[in-house]
Amino acid sequence: MTSQNVPAVEIRGVSKVFNPGGSNEVLALEDINLEIAAGDFVTLIGPSGCGKSTLLRLVAALVGSSSGEVLVNGKSADQARLDRDYSMVFQKAGLFDWRNVARNIELPLELMGWRKSARHRRSTEMLELVQLQDFARHFPQQLSGGMAQRVAIARAMSFNPALLLMDEPFGALDEMTREHMQNEVLRIWSETNTTVIFVTHSISEAVFLSTKVVVMSPRPGRIAAVLENHLESRDDTARDSPEFFANVSEVRKLLRAGEN
Amino acid sequence: MKASRLHGPVRRLAVFCLFVILLMLGYTAYKAFGQAIDDAQTDWPAIGSVLPRTDDLTMPSVLDIVRGVFDEPRRSNEAFGSIVFDKAVFTLREASVGFAVGVIVGLGIAIILSQSQLLERALVPHVIASQTIPLIAIAPIVVIWGRKNVDFLPWEWQDWMSVSLIATYLTFFPVAINGLRGLHSPSAEAVELMDSYAASRRHTLWRLRLPASLPYLFSAFKIAATASVVGAIVGEISAGVDGGLGRQILLEASRYTTGPERLYVAVLFAAGLGIFAFLTILTFEYGLVRRKGTELVL
Repeated sequence: MTSQNVPAVEIRGVSKVFNPGGSNEVLALEDINLEIAAGDFVTLIGPSGCGKSTLLRLVAALVGSSSGEVLVNGKSADQARLDRDYSMVFQKAGLFDWRNVARNIELPLELMGWRKSARHRRSTEMLELVQLQDFARHFPQQLSGGMAQRVAIARAMSFNPALLLMDEPFGALDEMTREHMQNEVLRIWSETNTTVIFVTHSISEAVFLSTKVVVMSPRPGRIAAVLENHLESRDDTARDSPEFFANVSEVRKLLRAGEN
Repeated sequence: MKASRLHGPVRRLAVFCLFVILLMLGYTAYKAFGQAIDDAQTDWPAIGSVLPRTDDLTMPSVLDIVRGVFDEPRRSNEAFGSIVFDKAVFTLREASVGFAVGVIVGLGIAIILSQSQLLERALVPHVIASQTIPLIAIAPIVVIWGRKNVDFLPWEWQDWMSVSLIATYLTFFPVAINGLRGLHSPSAEAVELMDSYAASRRHTLWRLRLPASLPYLFSAFKIAATASVVGAIVGEISAGVDGGLGRQILLEASRYTTGPERLYVAVLFAAGLGIFAFLTILTFEYGLVRRKGTELVL
């Protein structure tokens, strides 16, 4: 486990240029500085093209930065990837449709060389965590979008990563399922003590979920503002609280300001 | 729903039988028609001069063909069908070995080429070019090489192995090309997921790319299975290898006038062999790829 004084993620002066030197050169991110403490729930919000997904992939070391430094748990992002310090959830659940639900959850454990009995025990626990106990033998095609995304979260959490990276995980879900999934994620977050970085388009989602809202602006992608977001509680009553609405309009104001 | 699914195979079999009966009826009808215009050619000058005429030599009757299966040829006390069956088994062995080697070679090529874009772009044209060489041209070369030059193997090289090699030449191609497509089929997100778990190339191949390419591979296997039968028969004929259906077809063609139905029987056995190979693959596919909620597509 990481000690409290090492930040979960440190981003220092990071820029990202796609296709450098080419005619289609794009400056996706410019001079990003961000520090995320262990146990934080941080959302990245901004319009399309502000580089929030790219920023997440930089933390995941799925793309490399053009300049600057990304540290995860005090080490380089790529080392953290090799050490399996983080796990990722995508907008599409991305379950392997030739594996049943339990074996999808066990995929990362297989890659880490867990024994079969241990894998099985773990996937059973994870199915309880996402409340899909009865679906272990089902195949992905038989699941609704929300259920598939819960399996994807179970898969991501199966090896207890210190950091969970979520790239618009609920973007393809309907509003009802979405609110339900938000409650689920908050429950899992509070139960597991994981640090979460969560990319979203939705202002209300960002304010409801996170302890910190990072507002980004496009062309080139920059951090326009960071809002500390304290809510009294994070249950369904919080969605109707005055501080929730106040923070929603604050984030909206910051987003508008960033556009101009 | 359940009833119709239960009756699915039965209905398919019924449709197949109906098709065969219609084919036989159509064959018999045209034979009669062709014979009629032959008999009455002066009455129907227009039609009679365009459509081919028929007689018992060019189109032996369905009954004669069926009888040909059970007849015992001269200097033999075995039914002709049983003789041809043995030849078909010989050809099937060549085709199976050719298919198996072709699958291994094709998959190997697909896996190697999928590892590097440069390799893929450089070598795929050569794989395609390999198929432009006519089979008939290489068959004798393969047989001669087999007889003269292959003495480093622990077992003695036999002519039927050359025919298998010719079948391999036809079968590796669809497996390599479709396999390559299948290995590239996982989405960018699925590959990123494996990368995020720091999965090795080998892991990504075994847990993601190969399972994802199974549907592609099976459609290649179906093509390759029938192609391996064709390759074995053509290989036997053009390389002059004895013991299989190809040689039998050649023999029956040469003595066609004394027993046209025998050639028909041999050709029908060849067709049956291709269908058998296809159905075998289909059975495996049904067991392996069929998943809950997905329909099997022929």
